Amino acid sequence: MDVAALTQKFPRTQSQKSIDMPTFAVANDELAEIVQYLRDSQGFDLLADLCGIDWPDRSPRFGVVIHLLSTTNKEYIRLHAACDNDAVPSVSSIHPGANWHEREAYDMFGIKFTGHPDPRRILMWESYPYHPLRKEFPLAGIEVPLPAADVAAVTGQNVEPAPMMGGPFVSHGGHMSGGEPQALDQSWNEEKPKA
Amino acid sequence: MVKSDFSYNSKIEGEVIVTRADAVVNWVRSHSVWPMPMGLACCAIELMAAGGSRFDISRFGMEVMRFSPRQADCMIVSGTVTYKMAEVVRRIYDQMAEPKWVVAMGACASSGGMYRSYATLQGVDNIVPVDIYISGCPPRPEALLDGMMLLQEKIRNEGGSLKRTFRGRTVETKIVS
Repeated sequence: MDVAALTQKFPRTQSQKSIDMPTFAVANDELAEIVQYLRDSQGFDLLADLCGIDWPDRSPRFGVVIHLLSTTNKEYIRLHAACDNDAVPSVSSIHPGANWHEREAYDMFGIKFTGHPDPRRILMWESYPYHPLRKEFPLAGIEVPLPAADVAAVTGQNVEPAPMMGGPFVSHGGHMSGGEPQALDQSWNEEKPKA
Repeated sequence: MVKSDFSYNSKIEGEVIVTRADAVVNWVRSHSVWPMPMGLACCAIELMAAGGSRFDISRFGMEVMRFSPRQADCMIVSGTVTYKMAEVVRRIYDQMAEPKWVVAMGACASSGGMYRSYATLQGVDNIVPVDIYISGCPPRPEALLDGMMLLQEKIRNEGGSLKRTFRGRTVETKIVS
C-alpha cells in the first residue's frame, strides 16, 4: 500500500509499531473519510473486523480498531481511532458489513457510532443497564430484573451473578496435556465455603 | 408397564380387559409423547440425530416432533439458555397444553454448563419445572433415548391422571364414551 499518500492526505495519521500489518492511529473525526479513501483509492475493499478496546488508565479510555483487507493486493491494514466523548464516526455506510460489528461494540463497550442507521444493542436486551466487556464489569454479572416483567413475576427469577467457584478458569500455559484449566483460587469450592 | 395394572386372561374374561383408568390414560400418554424441540445449541444436533434412522426415536413412540408448542406435550430444552432467551422459553412452555413435561437435555440446560457468565441462565429449572435431566456435553443420542424412556416410566407412574393438582393447577381430563 502507499503509506506516503495516506499520511500526506491525512497528516494527523500516525504510523504505529506492529508485528504483523501496517498500523495507523487516525484522528477520530477523519476515521470515516480515511476508510472511504482506502476503499476507493487504495483497494481496501473488505472490512475484516471492527472491534472496541478498553484501556481503563488511558484518556480517552475507549477506542475502535478496524482491520481492512485488500482482495486485489492481498494485504491488510489496521486503523486505530480513539473515542471522542465515547463516540466515533460510523463506517457502516461505507462498508455495510460494519453494521453489526458496530452494534456489538456499542453493546459490549457503550461506544456510540455517530451516523449508525440502527444503533440498537445486538446481544444483550435493550433495557440491560451495563456494557459487559468493560474492564470493571465482573464476568459473573450483576443482579438485574429479567427483561420480561410477567415472566419474572411468574418465575421469581432475576438475572443473577453466576457462581464462579474461584474462577474464572484459566490454563497454566505449556502443553494442553499438562493440566486442565483451573480456578486461580483453589482454596474454596461447593463443599468448602470461601474463607 | 406395571403388571398389576392390567389383568387379562382370555379363558376367564373373554374379550374384556379390566384395569384402572389411570393406567390406561398413562399408557396412552407415555406411548405418544409429542416432543417440542427447543433446540438452542449443539445439543439440538444430537436431538436431530436421535430422530434420524440410525438412532430412531420412533421406536419408542416419540418421533412426532412438533414445532408448534400448541401441538406438543414435552419440551426438550437442548442447549444453552441465555437470559435473553429465558423469556421465550417460558412463553413457549406456557403455550403448551396440559399435561406437559420438560426434559433438560445436556449440561447447559441442566445447570448452565460451562457458561458461568453474566449472559447465561444457570439451569432451565429456574424458569420452568423440569422432569428429566440428561447429563452430557452434548449427550449422545442414546442418552437422550434413555432419558425419554425414563420420562415414559415417570408418566406411567403418575397418579390421578384424570383429575389432579398439576403444578399448582387442577387439571381435569374428561373421558368421552
